[in-house]
Amino acid sequence: MSANLSALFYLISGILFILALRGLSSPETSRQGNYFGIAGMIISIIVTFLTVGNFGTGFIYVLIFLLIGGTIGAFIAFKIPMTAMPELVAGFHSLVGLAAVFVAISAFLKPEAFGLGVIGNIKLASLIEMSLGAAIGAITFSGSIIAFLKLRGIMSGSPITFKGQHLINLILGLSILFLIYYLCRSQSSNIFWSVVVVSFIVGVLLIIPIGGADMPVVISMLNSYSGWAAAGIGFTLENTALIITGALVGSSGAILSYIMCKGMNRSFFNVILGGWGATDQVASSDKKEQKPVKSGNADDAAFLMKNASSVIIVPGYGMAVAQAQHALREMVDALKKNGVKVSYAIHPVAGRMPGHMNVLLAEANVPYDEVFELEEINNDFANCDVAYVIGANDVTNPVAKSDPQSPIYGMPVLDVEKSKSVLFVKRSLSPGYAGIDNDLFYRDNTLMLFADAKKMTEEIVKSL
Amino acid sequence: MEIDPFIFRLSIFILSIFVGYYVVWSVTPSLHTPLMSVTNAISSVIIVGAIIAALAGSSEDIFQTSNIFGFLAIILAAVNIFGGFLVTQRMLQMYKKKKK
Repeated sequence: MSANLSALFYLISGILFILALRGLSSPETSRQGNYFGIAGMIISIIVTFLTVGNFGTGFIYVLIFLLIGGTIGAFIAFKIPMTAMPELVAGFHSLVGLAAVFVAISAFLKPEAFGLGVIGNIKLASLIEMSLGAAIGAITFSGSIIAFLKLRGIMSGSPITFKGQHLINLILGLSILFLIYYLCRSQSSNIFWSVVVVSFIVGVLLIIPIGGADMPVVISMLNSYSGWAAAGIGFTLENTALIITGALVGSSGAILSYIMCKGMNRSFFNVILGGWGATDQVASSDKKEQKPVKSGNADDAAFLMKNASSVIIVPGYGMAVAQAQHALREMVDALKKNGVKVSYAIHPVAGRMPGHMNVLLAEANVPYDEVFELEEINNDFANCDVAYVIGANDVTNPVAKSDPQSPIYGMPVLDVEKSKSVLFVKRSLSPGYAGIDNDLFYRDNTLMLFADAKKMTEEIVKSL
Repeated sequence: MEIDPFIFRLSIFILSIFVGYYVVWSVTPSLHTPLMSVTNAISSVIIVGAIIAALAGSSEDIFQTSNIFGFLAIILAAVNIFGGFLVTQRMLQMYKKKKK
């Protein structure tokens, strides 16, 4: 296939990828969008085979490896529980990052196969593009691995900080740029390997200081990086599909990071530089005084909700941990039978990744038109009888509106305290991720339900 | 004076960032998780680079270092392509409207 013809086909793939994202503007068109994405991928792969035109032994091996990877991928996709989506996405990001590194290494070792010059005399632009692609890919890889380990619970989710951390990151970051500059002058393979190794280290150092509840930002950011890495390789390979995709994914991840940061009222740099939470936690536990708390049991909760005319459910990460989404759906069904109007309120940063709660509720067969975003539903709390907070904490804390001293001041929160009564399912009075006490626990209209989210919800179902 | 083809690619890149910006803002927040998994799947189009790398050189000597890196990249990208699209499909199947 001629280079011009294949370039046109790659352009078509790129457009199909744009349509794949466009489809996600509503759940109805989303499935069709996914098919566009698959079609774009198939076109890209077939066109690449035809362009290379090498159907010898190598081709058989390519098919075999494609099949091996595909089988593993399909197996994971069918087996993975929905609660594990954040770590799955983090794991997938690491694969894209590593694949980018491998392609860059390959291009560096055999530039003539890619039409980039010969060893020791690679075109300057290509050298810059491939080393940037390799560096960003390596950062994406090791950063995603750390994110994966934290989300999976293999590594502690709390921030790991040490003195001079930011300085070291800065020095390492600058040294990557310096090494790339030096690589362009010397074409030395040792320097190319150094770029890759230093980038792996930067990826690790970049993610370890960031704590558990900031994971939505981290995942979005790594999503963005994987896009820029792909774009870097796309420039090296002069491939339109890869350049378009890289730009799409890069900007998608960046926008999601922005939305997540806004959901916490923190600047991107504040999150990236990390360290929030760990120190505050100690401070708040010192001055903790005994305040009266009303606590109740499942029967009280069932009674309150059965006699309500409207209930708003506020799910958070705790619901995901307890896998309480199915029990919650049963509870809502029982309430609806009693004529209670139920809706769900989702805070932008609820859970460990953007849209995490929505997927879990969808898994439990909750219709998506009963699930609302913060801006859509926040005014409804004033007219609602019961707010059922399950596994959420900081995102409901009224202190974010009243106390300028609070670390979460200015963060948009759900106005649950405005509803007539608040049911708070929580295992203890311990503060949430931000390490601050939730004023809501001690309010007159709050009833604490101390239990595991799933068990409590199941008990409520029983007594309904 | 001829324009360097790099400039054309750069133009495509910048315009795609703008397209991405507007398309992603139109994505409904409830689909942000599928958005991440599908962007993940499509970024695995990096497999085209992996295929070129794997098939470079003569047929007799297919397992040179650069080819091996290509093959490894194919496996990684294939996991992502199949895993990414299928898990996205699985998630999207779950989004249902209220039964009237």
